[in-house]
Amino acid sequence: MSTSTQPAAAAAQEDPTQPVVIFDHVSIGFEGKPVLNDISLTVSPGDTRILLGPAGSGKSVLLKLANGLMRPDSGTITVFGEEINQMREEELFKLRGRIGMVFQEGALFDSLTVRDNVAYRLMEQKVPEAEVTQRVTEALRFVELEQTLEKYPSQLSGGMRRRVAIARAVVNRPDLLLYDSPTGGLDPITSTTIIELVMKQRDVYHTSSLLVTHRLQDAFTLATHTFDRAANHMVPIPDGKLDPKTDFLVLHDGHIVFDGSTHDLVHSDDPFLKEYLS
Amino acid sequence: MPINSIESIAKRGVTSVQDYAILTGRAIGNIFQRPRYFADLIVQADSIGIGSVPIVLLTGFFTGGVLALQSASSLAQFGATAITGELVSLSMIKELGPVLTSLMVSGRNASGMASELGSMMVTEQIDAMRALGTDPLKKLVTPRLYATVIMLFFLTILSDTVGTLGGAVISIFMLGQDGSQYFHTAYQTLRYPDIIQGLVKPVVFGFIIASVGCYYGMNTKGGTQGVGRSTTQAVVVSSVLIIAIDLVISQLMIGIFGF
Repeated sequence: MSTSTQPAAAAAQEDPTQPVVIFDHVSIGFEGKPVLNDISLTVSPGDTRILLGPAGSGKSVLLKLANGLMRPDSGTITVFGEEINQMREEELFKLRGRIGMVFQEGALFDSLTVRDNVAYRLMEQKVPEAEVTQRVTEALRFVELEQTLEKYPSQLSGGMRRRVAIARAVVNRPDLLLYDSPTGGLDPITSTTIIELVMKQRDVYHTSSLLVTHRLQDAFTLATHTFDRAANHMVPIPDGKLDPKTDFLVLHDGHIVFDGSTHDLVHSDDPFLKEYLS
Repeated sequence: MPINSIESIAKRGVTSVQDYAILTGRAIGNIFQRPRYFADLIVQADSIGIGSVPIVLLTGFFTGGVLALQSASSLAQFGATAITGELVSLSMIKELGPVLTSLMVSGRNASGMASELGSMMVTEQIDAMRALGTDPLKKLVTPRLYATVIMLFFLTILSDTVGTLGGAVISIFMLGQDGSQYFHTAYQTLRYPDIIQGLVKPVVFGFIIASVGCYYGMNTKGGTQGVGRSTTQAVVVSSVLIIAIDLVISQLMIGIFGF
């Protein structure tokens, strides 16, 4: 896939060892009810952080905060070294050029074709038509949906819509990907296809990502498998090893109750985690 | 009613007015900032303006006709049926043309805007647009606002014309009046302040229709039920505001021009 020059130029000025995302004592509530309370976390370059938690624990809100779609009541959020809760919306639009986001239900524009959905960001950036076509085709080939160019989202299955949403998120080759329950509401086979795409993006392009899910099997598949480029599908990591760049966060009642590796998570003595993982 | 609930209702009201003012202020100002979505403006102008032509033509024609019928029967008591054209043209141009056209366009388009933007809100398409680096106010609200103001202006002229013609058809073919007298009195009675009044109103009403429709659409919550609620509220609020603001503009114009 071709690389967008704008994000690459911006990335070049940054310290590659600095975390891509930093949440520092972030809290947010709605109508007087706290949703996230004193959240602190980091996402390092190339890391895939899987955010687990029961429904309604504030996972999607956390993801929207990371993209500046919501503003915290207190605390600071830093993305690519910039404190985004102090930024104006116009400044955030530029920053979001480096962030791809996959929404819970895909959030495709239902009045646009698959091609126009995937090309949306490029067309807004006034990228020449020939380049748009080439990059859209590449992005759709990445999710194995090149044949759906002229279809509308309503003509696609739920899994296909989610794959188009992934293509739309990666078309600009972002430096950070935010996945909001990419497998929610899908059958196990389709879920595996989506997780394979997430893994492909992680292992082929090494994109930093924050992935929200409440499906443990998807999370552990990501931790225990790797994408084999030659075979073009995922394979288990040999000797029962775990992916070192994939780790976990667990949210419960607005707090982070776990932040660590896959190994630490499965061996935790915390009663809530034991019950949640069982 | 407990004091705290009165306080929260008042706070909600003030917050709504503040949000509405911010949305409309930014939507107006966006036309002076890049990127400008002229293609979207043309699409909206076609949908709002050209799409509303049939209902505006029908409403205008029948309103003019019924106005001629009713005023001719009242004027006949004073032997003044000769000024039917004058009454029809003045009523259409100063009041009924702008108000009825706006109410029709409000019913058709304020609801359309609220439901379209509301559906986009509840399916996270607006958030997706922001995540893809596009300002939804620039892309969705500003084109609708300017398209409605521009097109309602021309739709009102169309309605005034067709209404006067409708009055003529009834006066000539049903009431047996003289056609040239009808058109002569209809034209002679008009003064510039009447025309200004009739053309200022659709500009203000167009602004009300689009801003209220977009405001309710962009503030939709609660799934499909919320979309339905926003759609109803948009039509009710814009219709009531049109009639209320009509009174204010009429009084203002009388104050300025003296009649």
